[in-house]
Amino acid sequence: MQRTKGQKKNQWKAWLYLLPALALLAVFTVWPIINTIRMSLLKDYSIMAELSGTKFRFGFDNFVKVTRYPSFIKCLGNTMLLTVITVPVSTMLALLIAVALNSIKFLRRIFQTIFFLPYVTNAIAIGMVFMAMFDIIGGGPGIEPSSIGIINTIIKAFGGSPIKWVSTGSTKTANMAVLILYIIWNALPFKILVLLGGLQSVNKQYYEAAKVDGASRFRIFWRITVPLLSPMIAYVVITGFIGGFKEYSSVVGIFGEDMGPAHDPGRLNTMVGFIYENIKGNQGRASAAALILFAIILAVTIINLYVSKKKVHY
Amino acid sequence: MKVVLQHLTKIFPSRNKKDKSNEVVAVNDFNLEIPDGKLIGLLGPSGCGKSTTLFMISGLQAPTSGKIFFGDDDVTKLAPENRGIGLVFQNYALYPHMTVQQNILFPLQNLKGENRLSKEEMLKRANEVARLVQIDEYMNRKPSELSGGQQQRVAIARALVKMPRVLLLDEPLSNLDARLRLQTREEIRRIQRDTQITTIFVTHDQEEAMSISDFIVVMKLGVVMQTGKPQWVYDDPANLFVAKFLGAPPINMFRGKVQDGVLYIGEEAVLDAAGVEDQEVYVGIRPEGFILSREGKLTCKVSGVDVMGRDISVVSTSENSINPVVRSIISAEEMGNITGDAVKFDLKEHKVFLFNRETEQRVYFGGQTAAHEAMIKAMEEEGQAYTAALTGNFPREADDKAKERPAAPKGKFAKIKGIFSKKEKASKEKEASSATEENGEVK
Repeated sequence: MQRTKGQKKNQWKAWLYLLPALALLAVFTVWPIINTIRMSLLKDYSIMAELSGTKFRFGFDNFVKVTRYPSFIKCLGNTMLLTVITVPVSTMLALLIAVALNSIKFLRRIFQTIFFLPYVTNAIAIGMVFMAMFDIIGGGPGIEPSSIGIINTIIKAFGGSPIKWVSTGSTKTANMAVLILYIIWNALPFKILVLLGGLQSVNKQYYEAAKVDGASRFRIFWRITVPLLSPMIAYVVITGFIGGFKEYSSVVGIFGEDMGPAHDPGRLNTMVGFIYENIKGNQGRASAAALILFAIILAVTIINLYVSKKKVHY
Repeated sequence: MKVVLQHLTKIFPSRNKKDKSNEVVAVNDFNLEIPDGKLIGLLGPSGCGKSTTLFMISGLQAPTSGKIFFGDDDVTKLAPENRGIGLVFQNYALYPHMTVQQNILFPLQNLKGENRLSKEEMLKRANEVARLVQIDEYMNRKPSELSGGQQQRVAIARALVKMPRVLLLDEPLSNLDARLRLQTREEIRRIQRDTQITTIFVTHDQEEAMSISDFIVVMKLGVVMQTGKPQWVYDDPANLFVAKFLGAPPINMFRGKVQDGVLYIGEEAVLDAAGVEDQEVYVGIRPEGFILSREGKLTCKVSGVDVMGRDISVVSTSENSINPVVRSIISAEEMGNITGDAVKFDLKEHKVFLFNRETEQRVYFGGQTAAHEAMIKAMEEEGQAYTAALTGNFPREADDKAKERPAAPKGKFAKIKGIFSKKEKASKEKEASSATEENGEVK
């Protein structure tokens, strides 16, 4: 395309108008990314040392060290476990709830509001509610161990023995169960919202046609609803995985900044938790961990996109 | 399969269920017997209840009252999947994520129990149907990779694959361009003849309905106006609405009167109407009902001549015409006889229809009475009942007596007419605009 002089002049103007936005992006997005890469590639990097004039050797030392670090491996494992369980489960639940919501008229608004509540509530506040429900104190002077919390009360009412969910002496399995429940519940509203929107935009004639064709409700769900919703489902799964790998606030909400029950702090630490921990003392290691996290998310997203290209229709 | 509709009525309640005044009576006391293996065209302007009728036959909508029979089976309460129908939607509703083959196979895969076919049989049937509608080359394509006409044929194949007792088509051609529409229309006719499945076809395009139907049913505001073979209905309209709705270019309407057995348009005595009571009438004259004649009795002012090759269309005006222009089609050889501003016509008696101004019902005169009786007799021989609904028999009048639903008495017509004058005006405007479109094509 040929450019006239006037267009060139206009281009110059366009850049001028874009300048404020570009400047902000450069300072708060582009530079931090570049700086993270730089820090991760400098051996034993720390900001304090750099300020006092220390020169660092260039190399992949931080990456090697981080991957050998036991607490990093634990964080990676926790994160993987949480993501792999919560994303499929919450997506399926959200799909079922969305379909149910879409098929009722009576009380639909009320149910919608109930399901969307977690979306508008602060994560830490929800975490504290969970903490209370699953027995925060775990007994104490004059209190029978594991007697507090609505969940244990219910278990006892049915004749079971109370379980230490999050308190001192609780098992990691119990901790994980609470955490997974919390994350799934917290992830539902957004997914329901997206899927319900998708359902409402599906042409009703497909359902009428399927009815005339004699399809059962189950077949309509699997052969019509799910394929027609597949773009939405793919979107929800991809964002779910990204969110899952960045899991942090849920752990803080339930277990506090110790990232675990009092007798075993750091037990439930996640990747982002690891990065936060190291950001104070060892920025080089934190940067390397952040880049590894980025690489994992990128890889998972690419796999997701590849799969959805094969499976998502039209 | 014979299809019988008895007193079929559909009332859509208003949003506020107690508020009866906002109810919409979409179909009002619809009676029809469709002979086995015929193609029926349900014809009417938008909102006349033809699609609702079709959806009630399909089972997707439940009638408020009345019964539906397939053969001797009462299917009124049956779910759509148990009725043995094939339905083709206006926009086809092909499953976008399935290939053509999967779309056609879908109804077969839903069969259960003893009706279930083996995989090979399913494929065989799907291939047979695909060949019938000539889409077997595209079996592995997605609907989005097909043209409108091809999608349309896939939809028909999907409807036919379970060998339905009745095939229902909801405005199947309205999403196609003009050329494809003609082609697909022939295709539907061919498929129907090949399969011999009783077919009900909904359309608002009178030309479409006339060209492919064995019988047409003309509807207006939920009421059947007339039924019969297309040519019969065209040649012998029962009332003003049917006369105006059928025919392209549309019928020419004049204000006239019958006095002492003579039909007058304005001051001119145009035809002998012996035996007809004195009354004010609408005079409908088909465009082909004019004969150019120097001693002609009807005088019009010529405003133009459209040449169409074999024929010419004389566009003229008359102060007694209700339409903006009078359009007459005469042989091109007579073009030389049009001289000057005024043109005089003689009228062909069987192309002139009189309608009472108040009831809008046909007033027969001269040889028409005998012709009309002959037609009714011919219909009876074909096992058909002659329908000539009152134009005034509109649904809303009977609202408060919804359950009994008596026929509206003639005398109340004037009152009802007031209620509907707005609607009629709107539809008249629509007709006028579609008429101008047609004119454009002719030129």
